[in-house]
Amino acid sequence: MKPPAPTGTRPHTTLSGVPVEPLYEDAGLAPPERPGEYPYTRGIHETMYRGRLWTMRQFAGYGTPEETNRRFHYLLEQGQTGLSIAFDLPTLMGCDADDPLSEGEVGKCGAPVSTIEDMEVLLQGIPLAEVTVSMTINSPAAILWAMYLVAAERHGADWKQVSGTLQNDILKEYIAQKEYLYPPRPSMRLVTDTIEFAARHVPRYNPISISGYHIREAGSTAVQELAFTLRDGVEYVDWAVERGLAIDEFAPRLSFFFNAHNDLFEEVAKYRAARRIWARLMRERYGAQSERSWKLRFHAQTAGCSLTWQQPYNNVARTTVQALAAVLGGAQSLHTNSLDEAYALPGEHAAKIALRTQQVIAHESGVTAAPDPLGGSYFLEHLTAQTERAAVELMERIDAMGGMIAAIERGFPQREIADASYWYQREIEAGGKIVVGVNAFQSGDDQPIEILQIDQTARDRQWEKLKAFRARRSQEQVSRSLDGLKRAAAGPDNTMPFILDAVRAGATLGEMCQALRDVFGSYQESELL
Amino acid sequence: MEQRIRVLVAKPGLDGHDRGAKIIARALRDAGMEVIYTGLRQTPEMIVEAALQEDVQVIGLSILSGAHGAIVPRVLELLRQKEMDDVKVIVGGIVPDEDASELKRLGVAGVFQPGASLNEIVEFVRSLVV
Repeated sequence: MKPPAPTGTRPHTTLSGVPVEPLYEDAGLAPPERPGEYPYTRGIHETMYRGRLWTMRQFAGYGTPEETNRRFHYLLEQGQTGLSIAFDLPTLMGCDADDPLSEGEVGKCGAPVSTIEDMEVLLQGIPLAEVTVSMTINSPAAILWAMYLVAAERHGADWKQVSGTLQNDILKEYIAQKEYLYPPRPSMRLVTDTIEFAARHVPRYNPISISGYHIREAGSTAVQELAFTLRDGVEYVDWAVERGLAIDEFAPRLSFFFNAHNDLFEEVAKYRAARRIWARLMRERYGAQSERSWKLRFHAQTAGCSLTWQQPYNNVARTTVQALAAVLGGAQSLHTNSLDEAYALPGEHAAKIALRTQQVIAHESGVTAAPDPLGGSYFLEHLTAQTERAAVELMERIDAMGGMIAAIERGFPQREIADASYWYQREIEAGGKIVVGVNAFQSGDDQPIEILQIDQTARDRQWEKLKAFRARRSQEQVSRSLDGLKRAAAGPDNTMPFILDAVRAGATLGEMCQALRDVFGSYQESELL
Repeated sequence: MEQRIRVLVAKPGLDGHDRGAKIIARALRDAGMEVIYTGLRQTPEMIVEAALQEDVQVIGLSILSGAHGAIVPRVLELLRQKEMDDVKVIVGGIVPDEDASELKRLGVAGVFQPGASLNEIVEFVRSLVV
């Protein structure tokens, strides 16, 4: 085995390609404020993890609602402190399990949920008053949230007490992950409906998690991830304000979701810059008075795109470094990826190691003892200031285009990300970036790992349940509720009460999405290479 | 003068993760090939129709969702039905080893798993068309 060529002659750059000087000295860049003080560079709490650890929230879902419910109970027994539901691709795309488009995809990448009954099975035995549940759902977010609220109601939980998070960030779908159903404007209206409904009726719920994670996974740089995400946030705020909500009525419930990639200092700088930019925006641009509106709270997930198929056990080391970045950067909750995720959804053993990785950082590493432990590092403070400057500049370019929807329509963020991801791949090909086990230190004797197999009968079982469900409900009630939903969608009213009615009447996910599609139309991106 | 190789890069299924498909499309184009990218959510029928219309020699399918077992055999079958057996099919994405062997047995020319290099893929496509 030959080590890679020495890198001394090449200019050093961060993972995102930002040049790094040979040495950093005191440039007076350390933030004057303490942790818990505006603009929160050093964290949103005075004591950070001394007061309370982050929530360990592992994303899970596969096969059927029953199997996923079993995995949830397993994770809670292992010491996990929050839940995060992964839905399968048909559900994410608003298709019932028996839709022809769902062929081959039911239960493959998450749990299938077509009906309120599926949702109830998924949450069976989970103490919803104590455990917060995060749902990764975007285009059909309002519908899945309505199912969740009806399930909570049937569990006897009070909406005023129910807490959790809906991903519900449609802009990053057009930008990066591409799981959209309707055109941007009607989609934004649905998101605004959920923000308004949460503010009025489910006040402890986070109706949106504004996500950079998928932007980074699509190949963006750290600065692009930050700028596009925060600019998406501005777009949601503008729509909610336009709706007539006061900034302090909803801003405290906006949450964020960032990637935790390999470059430790670049990532920590990104989280610190994120808090600083957002706090200033909320206070200066929107005149928010409440401190809770100024504080950017975020979930982090380690970088799925960094995991390698080759020598998969090395992924535990990568995930550890990335999780450490999230913790040093002051995350409120964290998901650590499993070592087998370049192959498949995580198996139980791999999922346990991923959770244990967080527990080792939390209880053994000592990094939780002091808030913002890297604060004052010359290198980190330089990177924080530089990241902030570059992100604000990029956000201003989008302002100048007329906002994020206009930028998406002209393909700007999509093209920026595609260029960055192509650059990165070519760096790997040229040996400019080393990926251990892939373009250096290959060993060719990789140990095989155990892979989670999705039960092929999952689809059949979902079909049976769906058929029985359809047979039991009143078709007339379903039709009436769907007509009501269509009328609401065509008019100015908030659609949430109508979606809740349809859920209670027994309408399926696919039927509700179709009703909205009849009014809103569908979206096709103009291809960009 | 040698004719340019024509490749259809397609993204079947419901998944929208197109980072890989776009990188491959760009690399093949930079290598001098004529690349047609179908965009997202293409059914096997749409893909084979596009391959016919665009008169390509190679179809590259990008599948990360685990749905390859349902999608790829259908594409191969449609190609046979339309007597387009000379069109080579390659697959890239998250395809476990045993599934990769099965796909090759069914007639897929090559399967590229995570970590495959662009160079390797470009050379393989060239080797298919000589």
